[in-house]
Amino acid sequence: MTYHADEKGYYGEFGGAFIPEMLYPNCEELRQNYLRIMAEPSFQEEFHQLLKDYVGRPTPLYFAKRLSEKYNTKIYLKREDLCHTGAHKVNNTIGQILMAKKLGKHRIIAETGAGQHGVATATVCALMGIECVVYMGEIDIARQAPNVARMKMLGAEVRPAKSGSRTLKDATNEAIRDWINNPVDTHYIIGSVVGPHPYPDMVARFQSVISEEIKAQLLEKEGRENPDYVVACVGGGSNAAGAYYHFLDTPEVGIIAVEAAGKGIHSGESAATSVLGKVGIIHGSKTLLMQTQDGQITEPYSISAGLDYPGVGPLHAHLYTSGRGEFISITDDDAMIAGLGLCQLEGIIPAIESSHALAIFEYRKFNPDDVVVVNLSGRGDKDLQNYIDYFKL
Amino acid sequence: MMNRIKQKLQEDNPPAGRAGKLLSIYFTAGYPQLNDTVQIIQDLEKSGVDFIEVGLPFSDPLADGPTIQESSTAALKNGMHTELLFEQLKDIRKTVSIPLILMGYFNPVLQYGVEKFCQKCQEIGIDGLILPDLPLDVYQEEYESTFKKHGLINIFLITPQTSEERIKAIDEASEGFIYMVSSASTTGAKEGFGEEQAAYFNRIASMNLNNPQIVGFGISSAQTFQQATEKTKGAIIGSAFIKHLTENGVAGINNFINQIR
Ligand SMILES: Cc1ncc(COP(=O)(O)O)c(C=O)c1O
Repeated sequence: MTYHADEKGYYGEFGGAFIPEMLYPNCEELRQNYLRIMAEPSFQEEFHQLLKDYVGRPTPLYFAKRLSEKYNTKIYLKREDLCHTGAHKVNNTIGQILMAKKLGKHRIIAETGAGQHGVATATVCALMGIECVVYMGEIDIARQAPNVARMKMLGAEVRPAKSGSRTLKDATNEAIRDWINNPVDTHYIIGSVVGPHPYPDMVARFQSVISEEIKAQLLEKEGRENPDYVVACVGGGSNAAGAYYHFLDTPEVGIIAVEAAGKGIHSGESAATSVLGKVGIIHGSKTLLMQTQDGQITEPYSISAGLDYPGVGPLHAHLYTSGRGEFISITDDDAMIAGLGLCQLEGIIPAIESSHALAIFEYRKFNPDDVVVVNLSGRGDKDLQNYIDYFKL
Repeated sequence: MMNRIKQKLQEDNPPAGRAGKLLSIYFTAGYPQLNDTVQIIQDLEKSGVDFIEVGLPFSDPLADGPTIQESSTAALKNGMHTELLFEQLKDIRKTVSIPLILMGYFNPVLQYGVEKFCQKCQEIGIDGLILPDLPLDVYQEEYESTFKKHGLINIFLITPQTSEERIKAIDEASEGFIYMVSSASTTGAKEGFGEEQAAYFNRIASMNLNNPQIVGFGISSAQTFQQATEKTKGAIIGSAFIKHLTENGVAGINNFINQIR
């Protein structure tokens, strides 16, 4: 029994590649080559060198003493917020830009919601001197001005997605359409463990460095490799996939996935996909997604732009339905309060996405000697305006 | 009764002047007005069109360019949904005999229930389905028997990038025509054909496939229709017809078709 993808990219009943024929050659090229390329020593060497010298890995596993005292358990924070560009997203973009080079691609496209993945993609394109086009919903462009400016400074072209609801899912549609129209020279750097096979598996593998490091660091600090729980927020699910990766098939390690409940799960303004979603197809993957009875994809809501996606990666759909993962939804309010709490107790300003993961301690009790690792997926600089508005700072 | 798509493809007496080239028209159900569906189908048949592809609108049509996207968004806003489309079409066979194909994305079909969807199609007299994001292998493993049981032909796409090996597999799995996407693009993105397309049309023609090919994407005029059908059995017009509907509503469908061939 494994929770990893099978050869066709299925996690239980979820995953696969539900793509129009126009995308088949591109996905097939990637599918046939990704494992081979990732296994090449030259690829591994360059990937790890860049993660070390450019991204700043390994990121610390920090024992949060005051937070632990408050909740009477042992809480470690995996500090992905200290990655270059401020979030875990860059682990994936480094991996994929190297993959694109090996495949001989000269042009990169990406989608972005809040702009974190867009910035991480623009960054690696600048690093490698490769042309970069980032699709971003028109509405998100308006509400994420600093990240739009960052992408431009890094030399990327930011193209507004003007279709549909003009947010992340539409930016993803536009990126896919671009790929259909540019099938030969372009690589699509998808930003999470979503999309058609082999993306969910490939992105999870690039992010798996997170749990690889957790194991080594925990061994040093606690004398054991396995925590009792790993906690991560889930938008598409890439930081979570990376944090769980090496523990997926270790049943002693509890997996806790935290989704955004927005203004409340049943408020009509939520992104709690596991609860609100049904099995369907989104962006080429069979997974749980929020949709109408008629199969039209609906618009999610969360205060955190990074969790504002109507689906989850197929790995997470499988963790949910199989019961391997424990899923908890956290509201905007609870996340914001938990974010401020971390600032005051530990001197760390978290991304609002990560604040969702921190908020579970108010609801989920742990034993005093439990070792709980929370993946702190990003830092809060990008969210300052949100924090200012929310707390009237 | 023989499937109407197959029957049409086998007709060996095409009306004079058409040189046996078939014209298929795509439109989005529920557009421009919610209840235009039946009228558009009837007028298309009267204007001598050979196949009609009725589009089931989807919120996230990722293989479509702006024209069809906008028609889908508008149709959904008008209130179109799967059950309603079936309701509109329930008596369609009392007035038309033209082959009817439903075209859409897979998710709405999955939510309706594939079996139930196919059964409804059969009751109404739908002849085939085009579901671009239902891949060949999944179709064969999970749905082929259901489609066949309800007399539905599944139509597959090929593109200039599709490998020869895969084209052969698709030909093997097909039993009507092959939908030949003219260039690497979303719908309505490119207009007109160049040397690249000519080479592609020739290449496919020389493969001597079992199934005839009908070309779609980029056809909007008599000239492009003629170019597309030189080496193939027919061509499909989508975006250009949607634009006609946007500008004229359901009036003058006849004029639009007559200027194509
Ligand atoms: C800091 C941070 N955490 C989490 C996410 C959510 O993405 P994922 O679920 O793929 O980790 C984002 C996305 O933008 C992010 O910026």
